[in-house]
This record gives sequence, structure tokens and C-alpha cells, in this order.
Amino acid sequence: MSNATAARPLPQRSLSARLFEWLGSMSLAVTLLIALALASVIGTVLQQNQPYNAYLAKFGPFWFEVFRVLGLYDVYGAAWFIVILVFLVTSTSICVWRNAPRMLRDMRELRTGVQENSLRNFRHHAQWTSATDARALAPTLAARMSQFGYRTRMETRDEHTVIAARKGGLNRLGYIFTHVGIVVICLGGLLDSKLYLQWREATGALKVETRDISASEVPPESRLPPGNPSFRGNVNVSEGGQSKVLFLNVRDGYVVQELPFSIELKDFRIEHYDNGQPKSFESDLLIHDPEHLNEPLAKTIAVNHPLIYRGFAIYQANFGDGGSKIPLRAWQLIGEVGKSQEIEGAVFKSLGFGLMGQKYTIEISDFRLFNINPMEGKDGQIEQKNFGPSVVFRLRDEAGQAREYENYLAPVPMNGHSYFLSGMRERIGQPMRFLYIPADRDGRIEGFMGFLARLHDREKITAIVEELMQEMRGATPDVADKLDTTARDAIVNVVDQFLAGGFDAIGRDIEARVPEAQRQAAMDTTFRVLQSILGRLYIQLHNERGWGDPTEDDARFLEDAVNAINGLSLYGSPLYLQMTGFTQIQASGLQITRSPGKDVVYFGSLLLTLGVFMMFYIHHRRQWVLLKPGKEGTLVLLAGTDSRRSLDFEREFEALRNRMNETLSNSPTAPSSPA
Amino acid sequence: MSVPHDQMIDTLPPVAAGFKLRGVDYAWIATVLLTTVMAWLQYRTHMDGYEAAILAGSALGLGALGLWWKPFRSYSLVVGVLALAALWRYGTHIPGGEAIGAPALSAIQGKDFLLKYFVSSQSAIMWMSALVYFSTATYFFGLLRRSDYINRVAAFLAWSAAAFGMTGLLARWRESYLINADYGHIPVSNLYEVFILFAVLTTLIYLFYEGRYRSRNLGGFVMLVIAAAISFLLWYTFGRGAHEIQPLVPALQSWWMKIHVPANFVGYGAFAIAAMVGVAYLIKHQLGGDGPNDRLPKLELLDDLMYKSIALGFAFFTIATILGAMWAAEAWGGYWSWDPKETWALIVWLNYAAWLHMRLTKGWRGAGLAWWAVIGLLITSFAFLGVNMFLSGLHSYGTL
Repeated sequence: MSNATAARPLPQRSLSARLFEWLGSMSLAVTLLIALALASVIGTVLQQNQPYNAYLAKFGPFWFEVFRVLGLYDVYGAAWFIVILVFLVTSTSICVWRNAPRMLRDMRELRTGVQENSLRNFRHHAQWTSATDARALAPTLAARMSQFGYRTRMETRDEHTVIAARKGGLNRLGYIFTHVGIVVICLGGLLDSKLYLQWREATGALKVETRDISASEVPPESRLPPGNPSFRGNVNVSEGGQSKVLFLNVRDGYVVQELPFSIELKDFRIEHYDNGQPKSFESDLLIHDPEHLNEPLAKTIAVNHPLIYRGFAIYQANFGDGGSKIPLRAWQLIGEVGKSQEIEGAVFKSLGFGLMGQKYTIEISDFRLFNINPMEGKDGQIEQKNFGPSVVFRLRDEAGQAREYENYLAPVPMNGHSYFLSGMRERIGQPMRFLYIPADRDGRIEGFMGFLARLHDREKITAIVEELMQEMRGATPDVADKLDTTARDAIVNVVDQFLAGGFDAIGRDIEARVPEAQRQAAMDTTFRVLQSILGRLYIQLHNERGWGDPTEDDARFLEDAVNAINGLSLYGSPLYLQMTGFTQIQASGLQITRSPGKDVVYFGSLLLTLGVFMMFYIHHRRQWVLLKPGKEGTLVLLAGTDSRRSLDFEREFEALRNRMNETLSNSPTAPSSPA
Repeated sequence: MSVPHDQMIDTLPPVAAGFKLRGVDYAWIATVLLTTVMAWLQYRTHMDGYEAAILAGSALGLGALGLWWKPFRSYSLVVGVLALAALWRYGTHIPGGEAIGAPALSAIQGKDFLLKYFVSSQSAIMWMSALVYFSTATYFFGLLRRSDYINRVAAFLAWSAAAFGMTGLLARWRESYLINADYGHIPVSNLYEVFILFAVLTTLIYLFYEGRYRSRNLGGFVMLVIAAAISFLLWYTFGRGAHEIQPLVPALQSWWMKIHVPANFVGYGAFAIAAMVGVAYLIKHQLGGDGPNDRLPKLELLDDLMYKSIALGFAFFTIATILGAMWAAEAWGGYWSWDPKETWALIVWLNYAAWLHMRLTKGWRGAGLAWWAVIGLLITSFAFLGVNMFLSGLHSYGTL
């Protein structure tokens, strides 16, 4: 930023003077620019402001602590990062302070007090001798220079006439604008920083809250008053709900920021494009502020269209569920299988229940109105298809282990049949595995549940096995004799195994009991018997429901139902929660900010932009013409300089020299081109 | 003195000789005015106040650019004719101009001769791609044969590539509305579209300097980086189907996009040129510097051009980053969030700020700065592409 002082001899100077010099030096400035760039990289590589647990899991206890102490989880707020910025601002300020007076002088000044010798030392100079008198020549030459955009001043002293010419003084102003702009931007940024919060925290007046509790429970020492001059935080407001606070994230916790007014959400809307992508997010807000408003202020905000109210900017940042009401029917999958019960569910609501001596909790976490998924259409093309509403919940057992489920409201048609889909995953981040429960002839789940109930009904199974054995006796009496109660129990046991562990359990059992040579035959027989039982069971159900003659669809239903039951062994839930309806209540995620420094930053940006263009595209150039009577006529000496070396100036100097050549009509005696 | 005098006088900027408007200049101004008024009358129902202001500003900028850089006028006229041809063909097939969906539009593009082979966005972009490759090869051939004639052909190919690229963008703008009125947007919204913008702007900026410095021998170097961008574009088109017109996510539905993105790409383009000139500089420097029988321009000229490009890029990048901050203040709730894209923009800016300080104040010249310009492009490329590929953040509009 300055090298003007570099050449100055160094007499004995005080430490503060040398410090001042160092702070304003170019080398420090460039070092700081590079240091800031390198430091900035860290924050883009390491995701900032994540929950501390996530960092701990990623780095382990040792490195977690090292990085925490270094402030790497919030690099841009870390003390050392701020120190770099402060140094940069100081260095820039000192540069401006030191150079601005000289630059401003450069802009005004047209110095005529130049020496012939010093002009000859210029990189760009030329000379002529003219027969014309200096006094007559001077105005003409000055006019030539004006044609090149120069401002001129002429002075005659003794025998000498000097024309001083200058243009592009704004270049110097550009330097000042650019550097002042940077300082102003940083100061504006400082106004918008978390200074107030940090001061409160440093003085012990503020404590960061880390518990997951509702805003009203947060104690006063974790709350900031509405007077906080600058903040940026978030709050979710449900439709029909209100909020008078927002949350500011601080490291691994948060503090509650109080607002001087309250925000009510009347309605939240998402519109979609025809391909299912969201097109707009809008919130109808009502600002309640009795002190300043006679009646509440109604305003709709959307992405890119915030509301600015009393210096608080309210943005549409996010959205989510605001506690949608979801009636559920819980079907028992163990114990009294097939029995069901109505439950009033709602998003964010936890429901506890006990079954077969175990305690469980259902935590409903989300409701989704649309589920657009890619699906293969009839012609093999992948189409975007809406699977309709779904509910997401976690089922937690006594040990605290939880699995996540996503159940769909309506059966989803696939290849001509419809299925109630239920996704399950054991860990966050895993892909969902789906259970396909076939819808019955009436498009309901009752058919499947009825079938499942029968399969769990020991009496019915025994009766069917009995019936099966009777038939076999009729067909092959000698075999039948060997079938006794042990065999009957064994067959019933196959059904139990199937219910408990699916086909795999039966297979494993046979592998364990039967020698390898007979294993395949045993498998075939067992599965045939099982299939026969399942088939008979279904026919019973079919007849009971009065569904008429069995068709292809029934065969398919049976196959799907058996597959679903096979899958149930991995489903991990004692209940199937059937969504029976919904009342959607949405929540809008609002971001609310107060940034008093914004206009300061914009002003600085304007200075910076103007300054950059002035510096690059206005060239500060000075030229002198010295006229001196000599023996052979008037000696004309032209010399010029650009504040920076550039080809453009060389070109301009050439052109000016040529114009002067024409004017002077004499051929130059020694046209020394720019050395 | 290393630059011959006649060359310097040839390339004297018009300012020195005075700036007088001639008949053809008035014709240019009238054309720009007329086109602007026509565009406003035709599309004003789609524009809000800001967009009308952007139209007026673009007209001013275009007019001034044409006065200052004459060849740009012919370029604009050719682009205008090609773009109007596209509008005319679409207008013939869809007289009401109503949205008809992608399949119907592609059926029209398949059966209309002009659209199919020249002026639909996809055809124009394919022409651009081919012409960029031809131009690159021709420039190098010209350099090898020391033939000004071949270089002129290469320059003509580059001009044509830029013309087709711009036509492709303009046609695509119209096509987005014809697919679905809701989809309609200026095609600078995703990685595919900005790659075309990059190719067009970088070519034009290079051609400007080519005229100003009267040297066509750097064409191959600069077109090489554009050809690389085109290769990516083609892979992106055929490998990923990225050319399909998608609707805008809510965050991008803003007039800010119309100014923020192009300003950014003037920056990226200029930095790319500086880096490629830096490569030429380093090659020449390695080969022993200036000699009597050089193919490449003098080192001093390369150095000057490198500075000019970086200065231009820096100025526009500054504007683009400030515009981005102002947009962020409206869309994301704060003018600066230390989002990875923002941060990398700052890193790029700081890097070139340091470069400029070393050159302007410390007076550095030569190979060191050339190396730095090349490394600068790597940093810039990471800010442009790497952030989208490797880092997550608010700015994830162009994922790979």
C-alpha cells in the first residue's frame, strides 16, 4: 500500500514510529491478505457451527478438544481470526492516513518548479530546437497537451518557461476510495457482529442454554433483551401460532432473543411446479405491536421478499411441520394379532404404550403431504409420481433403542396392484427398507390383517393341519399311519417359525436338523405344506368375506401377503400404525435479523467499487515542457511520467511526441525516445 | 524500447485523438434504442421495475461498448439476426406464444429446418462448441505457420462461436417460457447455462484484447481454456442430460440473478485469460525470452495484457461479490454468512488483491506474477466448480 517511505534514510526513530511504519507497510498488508485467505479456507473445509457431538464423533476426543480450543468450529468468530481482520483494517487505515495527503496534493498540484536535469532523467523524454520564440511557442504546445486531455499551467521564470500538465487526478482519489471503502466495510461488519452478545457473556450476564427445552422455560440469564442492536436468529412459528422470541445459535447451544413485538403466522403455503419441484414458499404474517400499531400489520413474505419492520428484517428461511394432527389406527402384530385401536396422533407428540410386558414410546416427528418419487411407468420411462401423504415416527423401546418408520396414508398402485407402504430404518442415514402390505379387494388393509390374525390363531391352524392330514391319509394310507400328533405339532411349529422369522427361520431349522443328503427334499416338503396351509387359510378368509370366486388377483394377493409376513420378522415393531387421515398444520421457519451496519457496508462497497474503477481506468499522468532560449533557437524539452509503468502511457507519450514534432516543424535534434 | 513505434501508434486508444461521433455511430445508437424499446414493448408485462431498469442499463452498456469497440456492433447485429430468426420460427409454430411443454417443443425443433440445424438453443450451442474447437486448432496452426491469414480465420471462427453461444442463450431464454410459463428464466441459473456464458464472455473479452493489442498469436492459448470448458459442457450434456430446461428454485427467482451472475463471469473469464497469457509468458520465458524472430508477442506486452485482464476481472469480480452480498441480504437474511461460496469468492478476491498490490505498488513484473496468475486460475476454478462439487452450502445450484 505504500513504498514511498522505503527509500527514506532511517535516522534514529522511536519504537512507536517504527511500529507505525511496519503496520502500514506493503509487505504486512500483502501478508495479511494471504493470511486471511488461508484462514478463510478452514471454515469452508470444516463445516461450521455443527452440534459439538457431531464433531466429537468425527474427530475423537483428542482432536475434538484441540480444534475446539483453536476455535475451528466457528473460525470466523475466533479471536485469532478477528485479530487478523483488525490488523488488516489497521494496516489499511495507516496506509491511507500516510498516503492520502500526498495523493490529494497530487490531484491539485501543477508544479512548475522543475529542473532541466531532472526532466532529462525521466524514462520518457524528448527534445527539439525550434527557431520560434519560446513565448510564442508555449501556448501552442500547451494546447497540444490539452488535446490529449491534460490540464496545463504555464509559468515563465527568468529565461525559462515551464508548462506543467496533469490528467487523471481521480486515479489518486480512487486509491483513497478503495482503501477507505475496505475500512468502512469492516467497520460496518463490526457493527453487525455479535459484540453485544459476547460482551454480555464475558461479563457473566449471559449463559448459553444447551438443554432442549421450550422457549418459555429458558431462564432469564439465557435471554437477551429486545435492545440488542444486532443479531441473526431463527424461529419456527406454527400456523395459528405466535412468537415473541427467536433463537440465536451460540456454539453448542443457544440463547433466546426477545422481540419488541410478536409475529403470528396466519398461513404458510408451498406451491409446486408441474414436475413436483417447489416453486414458492410464502407466509402470511401478522405483526402485533400495540405500542406502534393501531391494528396488527398484515404482510406476506416469501423467499427474496422479506419484511423490514422497525429495523428488524423478517425472512422466509425454512418450513416444517407445525404439529399436524394425525389420527392413527394401531394394529397389533404380536399378542392379539389383528386387533386394532384408534389413536389421536400429532406431530411432535409422544405416545407411550405397553404390549406383552414391554413398554414402548412412539415419537411422531414429521408429516409429509407430498412424496414425489421416481417410478417406472408403463412404457418403461421413469416418471415422477406422488405417493401421497405420509407420517414419520420413531418407535423407542424400554432400552431407548429406536427405529424410524414412515407410513403412507393411501395404498400406492404398483404394476396393477396396490400396497400400503411402510419404510423402516434402524439408523439415521440408512436408506429406508420398505414393507409392502397388499391392499385387499376393497382397497383396505383389513384383508391382510384378517389373514395375519388367522395365521396367529392356533385353533384355526390346528384345524387346517388336521384337515390336511385327513386328506393325506385318504390318498396314501400307509404314510398316514406314521403321521401322528408329533407330526401335527411339527407342522404347526413350521407355521410358528414362519411367523417368528420368515422363510429363513424354517430354512435354518431344517439345516440344523436334517442331514445334508435329505435337506432339499425336506425343504420342498415343508414349504409345500406351508404353502398349502396358507392357501387354505386364505380361502377361508375369502369365503368369509363373501368375495366370490377366487381370481388371479387373489393368487397375487396371497403371494404378496406371504411376502409381507415374511418381511414382518425384520420389521421390528409390535404395531402397525395405519394413518387414517390428517389435518395439516404447517410451520414457517423465519429468520429475523437486525443489522445496523448494513448501510455502512453498502456505502463502503460503493466507495470500493468506484475506487477500483478509478484506479484501474483513470491514469494519473504528468508531463512537463521546458522551453529555454539557446544558441541555435529555443530548446524544447518534453518529459512525462505515469504513476505506474504501463504500455498505454508509452503509446500516449509516443503520440504526444509525434504531435509536437508536427507542431515544431523542425526535426528534433536529438529525439531521444523513452530510454 | 521494446514495442515498435508504428505498432504503438496503431493501437493508440481513441481518447487521445478525441472522441467524435460519426454517422455510423448514430446508426448504432439508434439501433440499440430501437431494439430496447421494441423489447420493452414486447415483454414489459413480464418485467417489474427492477427488470425494466436492468434493460435500460443493458442498453446503455451495450451502446457504449459498441461506440468504444467497433467490431462489437457487427457481432451484436449477427446475434440479433440469429436470435430473431429463432423467435420468428417459434412464433410461426406457436402463434400465441403459449407454453406447450417440453415434448411438443422438441417436436417443433425436430421438424423446422432453421431450428433443427441452426438457431434452436441446442443447435446453436453445438455450433458454438464445434467452432470453439476449430478456432483453437486454427489459432495454433496459425501460430505454427506464422500466418496472419490463418489467424484471421481463427479469429473469425472465435467470433462465430461467441455469436452462436449468445444466440443459444437467447433462444434458451425464450424456450424456457415455451415449455412452461412458470419455468421461464434468464439462462444463467445453473452450471450448464453458466458454462455457455463463460465460453461466450471469455471469447469476447479475448477478442477485445486481440484487437487492442493487434496480436492474434495468443488466441490458441486462450481458446484452449474455453475448449476445456466446452469439453466439460459436452460431457455434462450427453453424460448427465444437463441441457434440459429446469424451473428455478425459489431462492433464484430474483432480478439480482440477471446482474450478479454475468458480472461474476466477466471476472472468471478475465482471470482465465490472464492465466492463459501467463502460460504463454512462462513458455516464452522458458525458451529464452524475447528474440528477433518470435512467434509470441513481446514479454512486456504479455505482462501488460496479464495485468489488464486481472484488473478487469478484479473490478467485475468486486462488483459481482457486492451484488451477491446485496442479494444474499434479501434472500438469506444477511449480506455475509461465510457460506463456502461466499468465502471462496473472498479468497479469490484477496488473492488477486495481493497480486495487484505486488504489481502496482511493489512494481513486480515477470515470471513470478505469471506463475501467480496461473495459480490464481486454479483458485478461481475451485471457487467456481470445486465448491459446488466438494463443499455444501446455501449456494448449491450447480451440483455435478
